[in-house]
Formats: sequence, structure tokens, C-alpha cells
Amino acid sequence: MDYTPHTDEQVAQMLETIGVHAFEELLQTIPDELKGRSLDLPAGLSESEVLSLCESIALPNRSLREVVSFLGFGAYHHVIPTVAEALASRGEWLTPYTPYQAEASQGTLQMIYEFQTMVCELMQMDLANASLYDGASSLSEAAVLALRTSHRPRLLIAETVHPSSRQVVATYLSGFPCVIQEIPHTNGVTDLEALAAALKDDVAAVLMQQPNVFGVLEPTEQASQLAHRVGALFIASVSPISLGLLKPPGAYGTDIAVAEGRCLGSPVAYGGPGLGLFATTHALIRKVPGRLVGCTVDESGRRGFTLTLQTREQHIRREKATSNICTNEGWLALRATIFLSLLGPQGLKELAFLNLQNAHELFERLREFPFIQPAFDQPFFNEFTIRCLNGSRIEELNRKLLNAGIMGGLPLRPWYPTLADASVWCVTEMVSREHMDHLIEVLKTV
Amino acid sequence: MLIPEELQYTKTHEWAKQAGEEILVGITAHAQEELRDVVYVELPSVGKVIKQGESTAVVESVKAAFDIYAPVSGTVTRTNTALTKSPQLVNHDCYGQGWFFALKPSQPGELNSLFTAEEYAKLLQQSV
Repeated sequence: MDYTPHTDEQVAQMLETIGVHAFEELLQTIPDELKGRSLDLPAGLSESEVLSLCESIALPNRSLREVVSFLGFGAYHHVIPTVAEALASRGEWLTPYTPYQAEASQGTLQMIYEFQTMVCELMQMDLANASLYDGASSLSEAAVLALRTSHRPRLLIAETVHPSSRQVVATYLSGFPCVIQEIPHTNGVTDLEALAAALKDDVAAVLMQQPNVFGVLEPTEQASQLAHRVGALFIASVSPISLGLLKPPGAYGTDIAVAEGRCLGSPVAYGGPGLGLFATTHALIRKVPGRLVGCTVDESGRRGFTLTLQTREQHIRREKATSNICTNEGWLALRATIFLSLLGPQGLKELAFLNLQNAHELFERLREFPFIQPAFDQPFFNEFTIRCLNGSRIEELNRKLLNAGIMGGLPLRPWYPTLADASVWCVTEMVSREHMDHLIEVLKTV
Repeated sequence: MLIPEELQYTKTHEWAKQAGEEILVGITAHAQEELRDVVYVELPSVGKVIKQGESTAVVESVKAAFDIYAPVSGTVTRTNTALTKSPQLVNHDCYGQGWFFALKPSQPGELNSLFTAEEYAKLLQQSV
């Protein structure tokens, strides 16, 4: 049965109206190999046959429960308290979608309000929204906001921002009349002289990541001052766990702080889902994308929660809205809220310290190998970049490590050709002394 | 409904008032009544060059957002920054403290294309 309700005449009429000759023309951006595939399905299977088929397909996967992982690069393996999992699985929390009616579902609204408050405290920013799809879309929304409010045409983005995030920003802005200029790095950090030279009064914003994609700490304070000197906004993409120790973005003049928040209570599950954190200053409150929940009192003076400043949103502002996002990542925001409330500021600080300590311990132990050299001489948090010398290839090394149950660092070759022998290693609190000992022993044999 | 004699009007419910070399612009009593409680006003930047009929400011009420169009072409010379903190001035005193922006006209002849108070009153009557 065909589920398309339109007649051929109606379809022809619609195509004519928008100036397209054939329906297929609308599909030209889809790669050919994905088009026109017919579903050649085998005969049906019983439930138990399907289960064992799926199990056999899943079997070659290596779970983080059975291997030690030193992978980070945007997706981080952190502790998830059992309480968080249990609470987040309750039916009341598992099923709700983002609020649409301004005052309905007080429980959901209160949770989002608490989430926003925690994000503000974490980032030291004036306000935070109810979350966006992921860190990369938060960064892109921040870029759009800067372009639309400043009416300036140029964005400067550090080359040390995660390559996938930069790709998402470019895709997001592909229909936008603007120029995205990348700022190079020197010795693993953004070249401030290059940044200063590129900063003219046509720049809408400077986008940076802290710590950056190599794990290195960026001179965000100087960069933000440089940006403000020409009236550009400073946008920082930060690591939430690192904020247990590092200066929060609000402390170095950040106008919009964004983050990938999956590390707060949600697992690394193949690539998704993510949780976009988005926080900004009072000056930009009317331009914030997505949902905002406010706290107020009802007629009898009782505390209540409501969607607020909704005139920002596209269903009221229409084409004048700065964003067309009217949703949030509710369930992951809930998990982040539970995670942060369980840890508290002191717990987060201790967690961050564990990460810092573990990463630095492994860094010191790795550099003792004659074929390993630090790629940069810079301070870092829980990730660092090393080079493999004397022709030993990181990809080959990683294969040997995987045979011993270890996932080694991520090779930078695909994104940074000048760093073809480098790899980024991440050491979170999930890596124990025994895990490190195991890695060192295996490395001695290769 | 108050429609001051000395002002000129547009069909999109803005008023224009000659004050020396400048034209002050705001919205009419009818417009603010239709909008209900104004909660936010987005003002243009000073120095912005605009054409007659071009969207120059945005006014938001609790339920909607509307464009404010320039009654004549010119350059924005001042904006009423008091509206940023007290947008309700648009409701309380739309012909006085609730003005939006001032501009220096580049085509003074365009003023003749605007409605008089009498013409605007007739327009309102027709649209009811």
C-alpha cells in the first residue's frame, strides 16, 4: 500500500509551483549508492530465531566492559552511578517529550529548571537553556546566534576545535551568507598572533574549544579579550567534567558557552545520543535557541515552573526567530541532572582530579618508551597527544593492543595530515592502575 | 481612540513626528491595544540606513512579534533605550515616552505620502 495521499496531478502541480521538473530532482543531494535500493527481504523468522541472529551479529562488538579504553576525542567513558540509571528508567521520566504546553507537567519543568541551574553553576554563566541535540549543534547554534545578532559576515574557528564539530558548523551554515575562517595552531594551541591578525570588525565571533581536540589547554582568556576588542563574541566549547578543576567559561569573558554533556551520566553508545549544553549571558537572553524554563508563582503564591520568553521561539517570531529549534534532549538532560546532583561540586572536583592524575601518570609512563614522544609541550587535562617515532605506525600498534584487550589512542592522521604519526590518548577515572600496568607490559613486547 | 492631530501615520500603524531635523517614530494607540502587553522591543542600531517601508524594529507582546516599518527613508539617529528596560511604556504612553527611534530623512518628500490624523481615523473605521 502506498501511504502517499496525493494524486499524480497534485504532485505535478506542487512540483510546478516550486519550479522543479521531477520529484527525483529533490533527491539529488542524496548519494547515488543510497538511492533506489529495493528492500529484498527474506522470509519471516520466529522471535527466537531473530534474537539469535541479532546476537550473532552483535557478538564481534567489543564492549567497554571487556576492554580497557584509552579513546576519548569527544566521547568519554565516565562513571554512571547505578542510582542515575535506576531513576532515569522510571516510566515518568523515561517517556516524556520536551514540554509544549507552557505550564503542563510541572515535574518535567522543574527537572529542566534544576538542569538549567546546574549548567549555569557549572559554566558560571547567567542562563542556560533546556539543552540541544548535542555539543556540535550547540556550537552551531551559537555561531548562528552570533551571525544574526551582530550582522557581521565572518566567523573565526580554531583548527583545534573537534573536526566533526567544525564539520557540523559548516553544514549548519551552508545556506548562510558568511565566511568561516580557520585559525591555525602552533605547538598544539591556537596561534594568538594569527587570531589577532584575522580579527577585523567584520568578525561575528571566535569559536574555541577548551581543552582542545589534542587535549591541550587553550589561552581562552587572551583569545576572549582579543575577540571583544573588535566587538566579536567569544564562544567556548568546554568539557563539563574538566570544570571541576578548570576555570569556568564565565570567568574568562565567554559570551556563549557550549558543551557535549553526554559525559554527565550517559554512556558512550556508538556515537549517540548526545546532549548539547548551551549557556549565555543576560545580554543575549532574547536570542537563546530552544526551550527555556522559568520559575514563578501561581495565583495563590505557590512556586511553579513554566516555559518562558517563548516569543523568542519560531512559532511566535516566525522568520524573525534566531533559531528554529523548539525541542530539547530531555532524557539525557535528566540523566545529567541526576549525575550532577549525586556528585555535587566537591564530587565533580574529585572526579576531575582523578582524571587529571590518571592522565598525567600514564603520560609520564608512556614517554619513557624510546619510540614514544609527546607531540606538544603543553598543559593538559585528561587527554594528551603522543607521536610514534622510528616508523612505528600507531594504527599497527593499536591492532596489537586490541588483541590484548586494549583500545589505544585515536590516530589523528585522517584529520591532521601534518600529525600523521600522532594519536590522542584519554585516561578517565575508569582506567585503573592495573589497566595502565597491563598497557605498559603489552607495549614492552611490541 | 487617541489620534493626535499633529502627527502623520502609516497604514501599518506607525506614527511619525517632525522634531527639528529628525522624524520620531512610534506605534499608534490602536496598534498597542491590539498587541496587548508589550514585553520586549528590539531597536535598530544608530547609524543604520533604512528605506521607507523597511522593517526597522521588532515589538514583542506576550503572544506575538511584529515588525515596525520605517515611515520614511533615512538614517537612524537615536533609539529610545528606555524601552529596553521598560517596554510597557509602549502601552502606557505610545505617543510620548513610548517612541521607538528617530531618523534623519533622506527623501523629505516621502512625508507627503503619509496619512493625516483624519485619514488614519478613516482607515481604522474602514478596517473595523
